[in-house]
Amino acid sequence: MSKVVVMTSGKGGVGKTTTAAAFGTGLALRGHKTVVIDFDVGLRNLDLIMGCERRVVFDFINVINGEARLSQALIKDKRNENLWILPTSQTRDKDALTKEGVEKVLNELRDQFDYIVCDSPAGIEKGAIMALYFADEAVIVTNPEVSSVRDSDRIIGVLQSRSRRAEKGMEPVKEHLLIARHDAERVKRGEMLKVEDVLEILAIPLLGIIPESQSVLKASNVGMPVIMDEGSPAGRAYMDAVGRFLGETIEHRFAGQARRGLFQRLLWRTA
Amino acid sequence: MGVEARAPKVDEPVPVQIRGGMVTSIILRIRDPKSQKVYTMLADRIAQAPNFFRHAPVVLDLQDLADAPPFNIAELGRRLRQHSLVPIGVQNGTEEQNLAAVNAGFSLVGAGAAGSAMPLEGRRERANTTAEDVEADTPSHASTKVITRPVRSGQQSYARGGDLIVLGLTSAGAELIADGNIHVYGALRGRAIAGACGDAGARIFCRSLEADLVSIAGNWQVRDDMPDGLIGKPAQISLKDEKLIIEPLP
Repeated sequence: MSKVVVMTSGKGGVGKTTTAAAFGTGLALRGHKTVVIDFDVGLRNLDLIMGCERRVVFDFINVINGEARLSQALIKDKRNENLWILPTSQTRDKDALTKEGVEKVLNELRDQFDYIVCDSPAGIEKGAIMALYFADEAVIVTNPEVSSVRDSDRIIGVLQSRSRRAEKGMEPVKEHLLIARHDAERVKRGEMLKVEDVLEILAIPLLGIIPESQSVLKASNVGMPVIMDEGSPAGRAYMDAVGRFLGETIEHRFAGQARRGLFQRLLWRTA
Repeated sequence: MGVEARAPKVDEPVPVQIRGGMVTSIILRIRDPKSQKVYTMLADRIAQAPNFFRHAPVVLDLQDLADAPPFNIAELGRRLRQHSLVPIGVQNGTEEQNLAAVNAGFSLVGAGAAGSAMPLEGRRERANTTAEDVEADTPSHASTKVITRPVRSGQQSYARGGDLIVLGLTSAGAELIADGNIHVYGALRGRAIAGACGDAGARIFCRSLEADLVSIAGNWQVRDDMPDGLIGKPAQISLKDEKLIIEPLP
C-alpha cells in the first residue's frame, strides 16, 4: 500500500525541505521505493538540497498541465536507486496547483512508489493546502520556539479539518512531530522551549529530535541530504526518526545531555 | 475565598459601556436575488411565525452568488425591511458584493461568527417551534457539545444554545464559545466565551487556567488582568454584579 506523507509546519525556515530530503532518502535507504515532490511552486529548493538542480528539464507543473509525461519529469537520484525527485517550477506560482491536477499525478505515483513524500511550502494558503490535502500521514516539523509551535498547532488544525481524509470522514491523517534545530545549550539557558513544553502544547506523538548542527548547512550546500552524513548527530537523528516512522522502537537521544532523565525514560517506554 | 477580578474604579456613571457579544440572527441564503419568489416565500414563512420574524436581525448569505450577475443589494435590503426584517450584514460575498453591501449600509459578517447558513426551507421547523416564546432568548432544552480532540490555534467551536465540554486541551489562539457553560478538562489556553447570548449565570471551568481571554455574558477579562496565583491552576469563572469572579476549584 502506497502512502502519501506530507512534511508541513505552517512557519517557514524550520527545516521542512531539509526534512523532506532527509526523510525521502532515509526511506529509500531502508529499501522503500520513494519519490519526493516539491510543492513550493515558485521557490524551487528541493532539487538544490538533493543535488539534482542541473538535471531538471520538466517539472511537477508541466505534468499537471499535461505538457510532459510523469516519466519525463521524474529525476532518478544518482546515489540511491530507490529514490526519485519530482521538482517544481521556479517560474510559476501556487495557482498552478489544482486539486484535480495534483490528484491525477499522485494517483499515477501511487502505482509506482511505496512512499510519496510531499514537501509543503510555508503558510496555510493554497500551496500548503494542496501539499497536505491528499496526505495519509503528516510529519509536523517544528522548532522549539513559541511562534513555530503556535504555527504547527494551527497546521495540525488545518490537517484535521481541510485534508481529504477529514472532508470525506475517513480515518484522520496520522500525525508525527519532528522537532528540528534543537540546541540543548540554548534550552538550558532558557532561550528555547524544552521538548516537554513543545509536546505539552502540541500533544501529538514525537517522531524525533534533530539537533541544530553545522552538518545540515554543509550538506545543503553540497546538495547531499544530511541523513547520508552518518557521522553527524543530525544525520543519525534523522535515521532514527525514519526508523520510528517505520514502526521501530528507538530511544530518543538528546544531544549534549549525558544523564537520562525521567522524561526520557518515559519516552523510551512509549516510543 | 474568591479572588475578585480587577475592574476600573468608577466614581460617576460612564456614558457608554462597551461589551463584546454574539447576536443570534436569521440567515437568508439567497439563491436568486432577482426572483420574486424570494419575497413570496418569505411572506409565507413570516405569516407562520410573525413574532419570530418581526424586526429580527437578518444576515444575507451570498455563498451561492459568487458567479451570479450583479444585483442591487440596497434594493434587496429595502424589500426585506418592507417585510419588517432588519438586514444587518452579509457573509460569504465576493469582493464587489462586499463593497456594494458596505456602501448600502450592511456590515460584513464572518462566516464563522454567524454560524452555518441554513437554507430558507430549513427554517420552517425552527420558526414553528420557537414561535411562541421567541422573546426568551435561551432555548429551554439546550444541547451540549462535547469535543474529544484538542482545539487547535485558529479553530473555533461554538455550542449554540448549550454547554461546551472540551476533554483535551485548548491551544493559544483557539476560541471556545457557548451560550451556556464551558468546561475544559485540559489546559485552557485560548479564549473562552461563555453565556454568549447574554446568560449571566453561565460559568467557565478548567483544569489549568492559562487563557488569553475569558468572557461571560459580554464581560471580559484578559490574561494580564487575571490573578497571578491562579494561572496554571484549576479554576472556575463566574459573573457577579457584572464582575468576573475567578476562583480556584474547590
